[in-house]
Amino acid sequence: MSTTLAALQPVMTAPSESRTAREPTPPAAHRGAPAWQDWLFERTTMFFALFVLLTLVGIIGALAWASIPAFEKFGPGFFFTSVWDPVKLDFGALAPVYGTIVTSVIALSIGVPVSFGIAIFLTEMCPAVLKRPLGTAVELLAAIPSIIYGMWGLFVFAPVFGDYVQPMLTKIFGNLWLLGPLFRGAPNGIGILSAGIILSVMVIPFIASVMRDVFDVVPPVLKESAYGLGATTWEVVWNVVLPYTRVGVIGGVMLGLGRALGETMAVTFVIGNAYRISASLFEPGNSIASALANEFNEAAEPVHRASLIALGLVLFLLTFVVLACSRLLLAQLAKREGRKT
Amino acid sequence: MSAPGRPKREYRSAQREGTPVSPPGRPKGELLPLGGKARSAKGEQMTSVYRKRLYVNRMNLVMSLCMMAFGMMFLLWILWVLFANGLAALSPTLFTQTTPPPGSAGGLANAIYGSVVIVLVATFISTPIGILAGIYLAEYGKNGWLARLTRFINDILLSAPSIVIGLFVYTVYVMQVGHFSGWAGSFALALIAIPVVVRTTENMLHLVPASLREAAVALGAPMWKVILRVTLKAVRGGVVTGVLLAVARMSGETAPLLFTALNNQFWSTSMDAPMANLPVVIFQFAMSPFDDWKNLAWAGALLITLTVLAINILARTVFRQSDVR
Amino acid sequence: MNFDAAAVRLVPETPSPPEPSAKMSCRKLDFFYGNFQALSNIDLDIAERRVTAFIGPSGCGKSTLLRTLNRMYSLYPGQRATGEIAFNGQNILEPGVDLNMLRAKVGMVFQKPTPFPMSIHDNIAFGVSLYENLSQRDMDERVEWALTKAAMWGEAKDKLKQSGMALSGGQQQRLCIARAVAVKPEVLLLDEPTSALDPISTAKIEELISELKRDHTIAIVTHNMQQAARVSDYTGYMYLGELVEFGATDEIFLKPGKKETEDYITGRFG
Repeated sequence: MSTTLAALQPVMTAPSESRTAREPTPPAAHRGAPAWQDWLFERTTMFFALFVLLTLVGIIGALAWASIPAFEKFGPGFFFTSVWDPVKLDFGALAPVYGTIVTSVIALSIGVPVSFGIAIFLTEMCPAVLKRPLGTAVELLAAIPSIIYGMWGLFVFAPVFGDYVQPMLTKIFGNLWLLGPLFRGAPNGIGILSAGIILSVMVIPFIASVMRDVFDVVPPVLKESAYGLGATTWEVVWNVVLPYTRVGVIGGVMLGLGRALGETMAVTFVIGNAYRISASLFEPGNSIASALANEFNEAAEPVHRASLIALGLVLFLLTFVVLACSRLLLAQLAKREGRKT
Repeated sequence: MSAPGRPKREYRSAQREGTPVSPPGRPKGELLPLGGKARSAKGEQMTSVYRKRLYVNRMNLVMSLCMMAFGMMFLLWILWVLFANGLAALSPTLFTQTTPPPGSAGGLANAIYGSVVIVLVATFISTPIGILAGIYLAEYGKNGWLARLTRFINDILLSAPSIVIGLFVYTVYVMQVGHFSGWAGSFALALIAIPVVVRTTENMLHLVPASLREAAVALGAPMWKVILRVTLKAVRGGVVTGVLLAVARMSGETAPLLFTALNNQFWSTSMDAPMANLPVVIFQFAMSPFDDWKNLAWAGALLITLTVLAINILARTVFRQSDVR
Repeated sequence: MNFDAAAVRLVPETPSPPEPSAKMSCRKLDFFYGNFQALSNIDLDIAERRVTAFIGPSGCGKSTLLRTLNRMYSLYPGQRATGEIAFNGQNILEPGVDLNMLRAKVGMVFQKPTPFPMSIHDNIAFGVSLYENLSQRDMDERVEWALTKAAMWGEAKDKLKQSGMALSGGQQQRLCIARAVAVKPEVLLLDEPTSALDPISTAKIEELISELKRDHTIAIVTHNMQQAARVSDYTGYMYLGELVEFGATDEIFLKPGKKETEDYITGRFG
């Protein structure tokens, strides 16, 4: 089937470039843009993207290299000893690692339900007038530097905690055979539990605003179709909103966990700076971050410094693993739901 | 009035007449009375199920409200304490006198100056790197292997513990150079800010509709001009917001400065030596037993908080991104 | 439903220059999105200084065809075209073609009005400054000329420093047309330029098209058959990536050669 103009009318082989007299000015000479400019720009942006990549590799590499003296001296046993003696130069990572993990677990145990409640309140229950101010308030609170939380913890929270809450906890739980040992000890407001609670207060606005953002993008049509069947608000949240936003919620919790693991200032003030593992949550302890903050600048001996750097490496790898696992989990969930990652 | 087991004849005749008929056992034309006296066993069960659902709903919503109140209470408590203690210690001498030895009065001038300089330098370093890397991810790399890997790594760095970043800069810079310095502090802060800027820039660029990009390309513009003068410009509000949020984050960070910029009791403008900065000064003073040091710590904490809040509010209002259609 | 050509033509016929030559022509053109073939064996000529319209149901490939004519698809990896598209004697599908230069000569206006985030003056100056080094005064003259050609000078002359995004939809689209015309392209590609606009703006733009065809070769994609009948000299009916029929507009609409064309035009299909 010939659809060319040749079938319709005779055609000249070379289209003419002449214009009619009506055209005011002939087109100016076109000069092309040099192609190397685009090439250079693309390569420059790629270089900086590589920079980000190399930073990560650099961090792991540099920290590993600097902690070699510690591994040389202690071997893999480093991770399983809780002794920490700067005089005898005998170090073990167990106590700080324990402290890091326990404070983060406490922080999330308190923080996630509270954040969830706040997010539900902000999206489902809040009167429209208050929605924006309260939402902004939560976001601004997430921006407050962590040292403020630490100071508040030391000067205000710890005394109150030690005077009122700790004795109460000892009274309630102290005699139970399973939970009892967790709540025995001097009620001075300092310790793993205090640090965990302060950490949770710090983490709450962060997780709450992530959850709130995620809940907000649920299409209203979806919720309305559930309400239309006669579901209650809670049922809509539990059965429609939460499954729909599952991916975002898990991501937010993982981000909060990552933050809690690495947090320095909020815990250093009240964790007590003691290298030991005790059964009781009231006892002082140490997290990796607080150990580093307290000791690093005074560590003169190379082995001491290398051990601290090794601790830093452990912390980094811990957060790396948590975040990588969460990304993998999210990718799996998304794949199962048939969405493109 | 209608007992279970209505006479079948009546039911069938009603059917033939074409009037709507409810199945035997239920009052004709009435919804199941809620909470009222149900007739059949099935009706009774449904009411109590419904009541239980209402109860669960109410409980959980009350819990949500309590959580909100609980969370807000703690956070308002913190702000109250901060302002009460900080305002009491605020005075012009903060800006005119340097950090004092324990037991005497003084100010925070050198710490304020140091913080401002360190954060500014870090901003100048991190902003171009972050924006260019973000441009690569959004415009050139897209879904290639390098871009996907970089995005993953960027997310990890975004949530990396800031104290480890400080440790890293210590190992590769401070240890090599042999002394602490303001430069080291800026490098550490820049490493914290870069992932924020990369993420924001990429997200913003993704919002630009393909037609805008194509319209510029259709005029024959080279790609770099399209990106810099059209695409990036279209979302400059959002990109600036990202930079501001990164600055706010940097201003409040203590841990990365502990092993890099360290601290300096005296007034110093040299970036190549340990430099005083607010967060580390606050840390040192707050943990000390001296009262005037603790007061200065509160004042410094208030200053930092006000700065961070001001930057956040600025980012949300003045530089708010208008709709990219 | 029969089209009465005289009733449908709103614009009086201009005396046509003798024997329009082919400004661009496609030979054996195939197009692929990855593995999916979107265009098959397209053979047609775009007549110089005429309006050629492409009609067809959604997904038939008319926009895809338009986007091959200025190699817009080259922005996206995974999209490729094979065959030949001749423009000024050169096959633009060959590697090594200067795409930026090509796009300076083959302009495009999109369905959604896309003003740049700049002032109205700069919107138009952007394209011009890519290739010409004009003084401030010359640039202002060119901006005025382009806006006049787009029938917008009256509305825009007091707003030149204001943002292009502050205009109404119809005005924005005419700004985009002015922007495309300002670089003095030889060919103008219009991809459903009025589908996002109200009827009054649509009529204005259709008038514009008839004016513009005096100096530019125009190819327009439209899902509105009546628009095609109103503005175009040649029409191509496409379906499922194939050019079913191509010919003078009058003939296509009054005496279509193929049954599929007739079914589509009379509304029996699509």
